Amino acid sequence: MYKILKRKDLNSTVTLMEIEAPYIARKSEPGQFIILRVDEDGERIPLTIADFDREKGTVTIIYQIVGATTEKLNQLKEGECLQDFVGPLGTPSHTEGLKKVAVVGGGVGCAIAYPVAKKLHEQGCEVHTVVGFRTQDLVILEDEFRAVSNKMVMMTDDGSYGTKGLVTNALEELIQSGEQYDEVIAIGPVIMMKFVCQLTKKYNVKTMISMNPIMIDGTGMCGGCRLTVGGETKFACVDGPDFDGHQVDFAEAMSRSIMYQPFERGQHEEVCNLLKKEVQ
Amino acid sequence: MPNMSLVKNKMPEQEANVRNKNFQEVALGYTAEQAVDEAARCLNCKNKPCIKGCPVNIEIPEFITKISEQDFEGAYQVIARDSSLPAVCGRVCPQESQCEQFCVRGIKGEPVGIGRLERFAADYHNDNCTEAPAKPASNGHKVAVVGAGPAGLTCAGDLARQGYDVTIYEALHLAGGVLVYGIPEFRLPKAIVQTEVDTLKQMGVKVETNMVIGRSIAVDELMAEEGFDAVFIGSGAGLPSFMNIPGENLKGVYSANEFLTRVNLMKAYKEGSATPIMQAKKVAVVGGGNVAMDAARCAKRLGAEDVYIVYRRSEEELPARAEEVEHAKEEGIIFKLLTAPTEIYGNENRFVNGMNCVQMELGEPDTSGRRRPVVIEGSDFHLDVDCVVMAIGTSPNPLIRNTTEGLETNRHGCIVTNGDDGLTSREGVYAGGDVVTGAATVILAMGAGKSAAAAIDRYIKEKK
Repeated sequence: MYKILKRKDLNSTVTLMEIEAPYIARKSEPGQFIILRVDEDGERIPLTIADFDREKGTVTIIYQIVGATTEKLNQLKEGECLQDFVGPLGTPSHTEGLKKVAVVGGGVGCAIAYPVAKKLHEQGCEVHTVVGFRTQDLVILEDEFRAVSNKMVMMTDDGSYGTKGLVTNALEELIQSGEQYDEVIAIGPVIMMKFVCQLTKKYNVKTMISMNPIMIDGTGMCGGCRLTVGGETKFACVDGPDFDGHQVDFAEAMSRSIMYQPFERGQHEEVCNLLKKEVQ
Repeated sequence: MPNMSLVKNKMPEQEANVRNKNFQEVALGYTAEQAVDEAARCLNCKNKPCIKGCPVNIEIPEFITKISEQDFEGAYQVIARDSSLPAVCGRVCPQESQCEQFCVRGIKGEPVGIGRLERFAADYHNDNCTEAPAKPASNGHKVAVVGAGPAGLTCAGDLARQGYDVTIYEALHLAGGVLVYGIPEFRLPKAIVQTEVDTLKQMGVKVETNMVIGRSIAVDELMAEEGFDAVFIGSGAGLPSFMNIPGENLKGVYSANEFLTRVNLMKAYKEGSATPIMQAKKVAVVGGGNVAMDAARCAKRLGAEDVYIVYRRSEEELPARAEEVEHAKEEGIIFKLLTAPTEIYGNENRFVNGMNCVQMELGEPDTSGRRRPVVIEGSDFHLDVDCVVMAIGTSPNPLIRNTTEGLETNRHGCIVTNGDDGLTSREGVYAGGDVVTGAATVILAMGAGKSAAAAIDRYIKEKK
């Protein structure tokens, strides 16, 4: 069992948890993920590692409530335990040798973008950050990003905070103003990563993205997480989750990610109904 | 007087048209009367040819004699001396090509139903014995076992019996390996696997789940930092192969690993399971091995109307056990033999809606000795399916070989060992099962786990 040492609600739908997992903390690198099960009969879901503390032996996850499992996860309190927590899985993000990078984060994807930005900053890389949210209430990790960025742009879809617009607007402005990046690292909803890649392709800037497809084991066993990269089939769990965004077949990836949508909606409703009953 | 009947006592089974709608066990097991009657068919030959067909060398005539004497617990104890998983082997071993192949009674008539008797003895023990197995005195040496599948469980059991302090590291959340994620409930109830794992735990074996060796901790760290004297790698062949034909990434195409894992380990067959699975009506399973049969029979039970086995060679070359093929046919699985898929089609939402196939004929034998299938030009036809399961094989996961310096592997990614001992190119590191041989059977993996346990014991004793 894996104990929740700390829990903090970052906004109405996004929560941070610090989990006691010394083996995983010892080996974690930015870009890697864990798989967890909330309870005995739960499904296995992958979540990218948001932070880790090797000395304390903790791994931080940040998740958004999107379905039944995250809803159940969100019912757990500090001191309670997760049934299963395994990792670190996947290949760490490649950060070596990068001198100037634009890190683009969208929504809860910022939770994954942050440790990468932090690592780049620590190795002396110039980091420009563009983070985007739907609205001010959903902003997370603003101070954290600011602390590791040489330049930071805050975007909201509705203009309630920072600049009104999409992350691609801000990124294009930076590039047009003459900023030359070794690489763009974009992490967020698949649709956002797709548009970032369309933009950077135009300017010929290499762009790495982090994929989060449906998977079961996370060790290369099921192949459910496969996607097409540069015409070849890759497994996100072992070959990724980071891939060259200019090579990824986004249409396929987006289609595969909603494979079980009707089932997942049903499950989510069921859990919500159960929770409501408990409250009554 | 031996029972001179030329045929085995028939295994009681659920009726085909009933069982293909449920996930309960197909074979129901012998009654005590049937077991004693079958045991009486054994001639108790002096040279015991059956034993040489058993990868773990069970004293077969001895346990069968105990059954004929109605000492069922005694029979179990004889088996348990050599096998860590009797209830599993009695169900999934291909006895027809092992022990039973050498049975003298098989020369004229059917061999003794050794597998069925083994299962009977093991089930009798599990149902009636409440006594925990003795925990052997510790010899003070630690051995790590990577992977809680048949090879690892066997190796761990044998070492624990000799007093070793054994820890099994398992990547998934449950011990059992292919016994829990691959082989379906109706062929091997998961409660039986759990009982066998619990027996090992009672003997002092520790099972650490959620530990991915090569990620959570490396083989070298197990020896250098965690103080293990030796490591046994039984991590299996978990990486699924695909055909690399167009349409394989459409929604509704599964690897057999994924399909079976969703159904078995994640219990997608149960009402209210948290794990989704495609509700398919027409399913094609590509491949002809036991895994393909398992996937096809699961698909049928999940409610598919038409389930096809699509295999490129003929019935004779089907790698699956004859019994499994027979069971599949009885349950209404349709065999499309000498058939190979060339493309999978999808609808506008990228869900599978058909598959193009070609007919094959058998040409000259290839390097495997089997006749090579050759495409018949112009034989293309459309198979109406909404789900495709690729059951064309697996290879070892690269994680351990990529994170263990100096561990020699071959071009298939299998760990190279010195043969019977399972010693790898690294001192103190042994391997066995599918990670060495590529995908094979449960019992071969168990045999490898057993030999490696003996070799590890010798290695540690000599080192002292």
